[in-house]
Amino acid sequence: MNLNYVILIPLIPLAVFLILGLFYNRIKPAISGYIGVLGLVISTGLSLYSAYQYFIVIGKTEGIYQTLVEKTVWMNFAETLHIDMGILVDPISVMMLIVVSVVSLMVHIYSRGYMKGDPGYTKYFAFLSLFTFSMYGLVLATNLFQIYIFWELVGVSSYLLIGYYYTKESAVAAAKKAFIVTRFADLGFLIGILIIGYYTGTFDFETLNNPEGASILNWASSSFMGLSMLTWALILIFIGGAGKSAMFPLHIWLPDAMEGPTPVSALIHAATMVVAGVYLVARLFPMYYFVEEGYALNIVAFVGAFTALFAAVIAITQTDIKRVLAFSTMSQLGYMMMSLGVSGYEGHEGLGYMASMFHLFTHAMFKALLFLCAGSVIHAIHSNFLKDMGGLRKYMPITNITFLIAALAIAGIPPLAGFWSKDEILVAAFEHSKFIYIIGLFVAGLTAFYIFRIYFGIFWGKEGNYQQKPHESPGSMTAPLLVLAFLSIAVGFIPFSEFISPDKAGFETHINYPLAAIAVIAALIGIALSWLFYKKENTLADQFANRLGVLFTWAFHKFYMDELYLFVTKKILFNLIARSAARFDKKYVDGTMVGIGNQTVNTSEKIKGLQSGKVQDYAFAFIAGAVILAILCIYIWS
Amino acid sequence: MNFSNFLLMRQEIALLAIILLLLIAEIFIPKNKKESIIHLALFLFGIHTIIGFFNIDENSLFGGMFRTNNLIHFFKNILNLGVFILLLQSADWIKEKILNQNKGSEFFILLFSSLLGIYFMISAGDFLMFYLGLELSTLPVAALAAYETAKRISSESGIKLILSSALASGVSLFGISMLYATSGSIYFDELLLTLSSNHLSLLGMVLLFAGISFKISLVPFHFWTADVYEGAPISIASYLSVISKGAAVFILMILLFTVLQPLADLWEKMIYFIAIATMFIGNLFALRQQNMKRFLAFSSIAQAGFILLGLIADSQLGTATVVYFVLIYIFSNLAAFGVVQAISLQSGKERIKDYEGLYRTNPNLSLVLMLALFSLAGIPPVAGFFGKFFLFTAAASEGYYFLVFLAVVNVTISLYYYLLVVRAMFLRKGENPIPFFRNKIYMRIGLVITVIGILLLGIYSPLYDYIYELSSVFN
Repeated sequence: MNLNYVILIPLIPLAVFLILGLFYNRIKPAISGYIGVLGLVISTGLSLYSAYQYFIVIGKTEGIYQTLVEKTVWMNFAETLHIDMGILVDPISVMMLIVVSVVSLMVHIYSRGYMKGDPGYTKYFAFLSLFTFSMYGLVLATNLFQIYIFWELVGVSSYLLIGYYYTKESAVAAAKKAFIVTRFADLGFLIGILIIGYYTGTFDFETLNNPEGASILNWASSSFMGLSMLTWALILIFIGGAGKSAMFPLHIWLPDAMEGPTPVSALIHAATMVVAGVYLVARLFPMYYFVEEGYALNIVAFVGAFTALFAAVIAITQTDIKRVLAFSTMSQLGYMMMSLGVSGYEGHEGLGYMASMFHLFTHAMFKALLFLCAGSVIHAIHSNFLKDMGGLRKYMPITNITFLIAALAIAGIPPLAGFWSKDEILVAAFEHSKFIYIIGLFVAGLTAFYIFRIYFGIFWGKEGNYQQKPHESPGSMTAPLLVLAFLSIAVGFIPFSEFISPDKAGFETHINYPLAAIAVIAALIGIALSWLFYKKENTLADQFANRLGVLFTWAFHKFYMDELYLFVTKKILFNLIARSAARFDKKYVDGTMVGIGNQTVNTSEKIKGLQSGKVQDYAFAFIAGAVILAILCIYIWS
Repeated sequence: MNFSNFLLMRQEIALLAIILLLLIAEIFIPKNKKESIIHLALFLFGIHTIIGFFNIDENSLFGGMFRTNNLIHFFKNILNLGVFILLLQSADWIKEKILNQNKGSEFFILLFSSLLGIYFMISAGDFLMFYLGLELSTLPVAALAAYETAKRISSESGIKLILSSALASGVSLFGISMLYATSGSIYFDELLLTLSSNHLSLLGMVLLFAGISFKISLVPFHFWTADVYEGAPISIASYLSVISKGAAVFILMILLFTVLQPLADLWEKMIYFIAIATMFIGNLFALRQQNMKRFLAFSSIAQAGFILLGLIADSQLGTATVVYFVLIYIFSNLAAFGVVQAISLQSGKERIKDYEGLYRTNPNLSLVLMLALFSLAGIPPVAGFFGKFFLFTAAASEGYYFLVFLAVVNVTISLYYYLLVVRAMFLRKGENPIPFFRNKIYMRIGLVITVIGILLLGIYSPLYDYIYELSSVFN
């Protein structure tokens, strides 16, 4: 069976990007929107078709889903070590293709309404296509280096889109922050890649992920500071993934990234790019699991669990709805990481892995929906802040209903999508460690609380002080909302474990009723509390916040992480280290370089007489040169 | 005798046929239609270039005097492509300056004769064929260098070239005779077996090396270069610096890697020092040139120094990197010379100072020249970077780390003067910049091909793998 057409999926958005980018001035905005959407429609069609072919038509061979690879050698370093370019089709890459396609398509359609009249309309669509192309490339990468290339490309597209409103100072600052923080994390990633390349001699996922392969067996033992080199490499790679997926303490860029246009936040900072880190760990999962008995995987689990809790606590206190959603994204990403961290490998033990991918899938749908709903609200009343909102359910019925569906989904109320995936995660955590399970359960309650806090704040409560009457968004914006709302309900019923598991064999899952009931109760408590606090205007919430005192203030200020970073960079790095380094550089390094430069020019001046223009001189030099060489050859060197 | 063996000489026979056809055509073309000789020559040579890409058998002819294999054949194709681009770029110059002196067809005939000499030189299986090829490739170029008879400087250039090259070929012939004296053979295959490191054969090697170094313009055999380039018509300077030099590098590589292999210890030391001298002298002189042609002359000397890093590696990797670098160098240098040619023809200006503000008036030409200079300087992602990178890799893989270090220093120096030109074009305003003009179609095609080459050769990696595969023949 031929899946070669998969290569077209990334190439079409690339072509769209080139067309829109090159003929930026000559294309009418309306048309550029259509070109972007059309390209994505084709890519989405192909993605769905390839999923159908891969899972249904080809199906399992010898009980497992085969990994299909098409690649060419791009740069050759040694027999084994080379950088390839190609496409890799396996269950998780096909799943990610669908996630990226569907969300990106919805965002494209939505943006046609949301960005209408924006002076940079064509540019916006060009960037969106660039991002989609890079994300496809990342998903389909066959080796670590290829994934790194596209990893950086998504970083660049994200930078461009966060800073899209480049006249706004805060947007520019946010873009820079996102870029620099993730670049720092990527440094870890790169070093990890190089270590793996050095020790195992390959970048190839298939070779690396083979549990019986030499790359794991031979090098897992060579140790450095108590851990094997491969464990170090995996930890470093996880740092890269943590940067992109906004894990604590590299999360500080994500809330600020909300300065970008809201559809962008939905696409990049909720559904696709930020899950790249999760995807990366999943991609290398066999390595994580088998090298040194999953030492690195434990780190993944704890970082994930802590981030999930940390972000959920902050989310409760924020007043900007996009920031609440941003922290919620962080928290859910932590959930996914945690779930990967607690997973085993074979058969039913791979539940955590499968649950993580499942949650990635469902989360992409309902979180994109939440962001697009938020965008719809912001579009209507031109403010991000809860205090300006309230009572909108009368004016924006569709947004209200779809937001409610998404909120129920993320809270984990059956039978919506979030319930199924979150339940699997909690089961996996329960089977692995009770401590992590308790954290997970608590976060589930917090999630329900903060999401309904903003839901009631936006659509119920006291009506805001609107200058003009808010109205429902145009059809191009509500249509994607309805589609995503439908998906947020439906995708939970996909028998995910049949398709995706670490050993690619698939397994059957059954609902664990007691655990599911506990999770639902936790969510209901969260919803009930927020109903009590926020449905009607009252002072309960403020009283409660006052009661918590310092804890509330800390959470409101995001536990002062930004300030901590600023202190470390400005006071310590810039003042103490950078200043003195700059002085040294100016005085000695520059001085030496200038000296060498001047000396070179002087030498050039001095020897110019050699070129006299007389042929007899040239002949003399020729013969003299030959004679000297002959003397050297005959009498000195031999 | 099996006549199909002559197919091994397909390229040579075809080129000879073109020369004869042009000779005959000259008689039949009416006076008022002289131009058509250009189209005819381009057409014939274009077909010749394309046909060249069909494969050829590996074998030898005439009892081993002439031999060919896939690498040699591939190299001839590279040279064909280079000459074809060069012809495209010089078509306008021929039309405007040469045709009215009734010397149009001669230009092509002389140039093709020289190329024929190069074919024989790199296909040679013994020193006789080698020497004949060497002479045939040099003499017509001397005539061409003096082609613009109206200019004194052009005549001077011709005289200087013929005198110096006479000396060089005399010296190399002397060297060959010594090799013959010690081993009793002029066939490469036999020499390889009998050559030993006695004094006479060492002297022979040095003299032969000096003779070929002259064509590559290695220090201290390089002095003719700048003077000749400056005086000669730009097409000829371009030919000397690209085609002639590339071919000489290739034959030197064959000789070193096969015939002189028994003396490898010694010539590696020799090349070590010559590489250092060539890089430094070339770069230091290039720093202060005011004239674009002299500037490119010294830059091409420095480039030759870099090429030696591939030769010193003495391995399959070395062969592959040298051939790959020459290929890239042909495209980069032809692009640079092409722009200089176009500007010189249009405005008669050849000084770097005259290029100030070129970007404002002729943005496309400036971009082409910038790409060419970036490629020569070795700035990624253009092809020149990969060419240099692989050369350095080859030298480093044999442990010549200090040499690679010096080469990197030299790359830095060269960056300075290449960027001087770029700065003049892009950042300086210029008091009277060269006014805007449009190039004729041939020139434009010629430049576009070079730009495509510069942009694609580095990225399209199967090409390098292909060259690497071919390169196994000499090691």
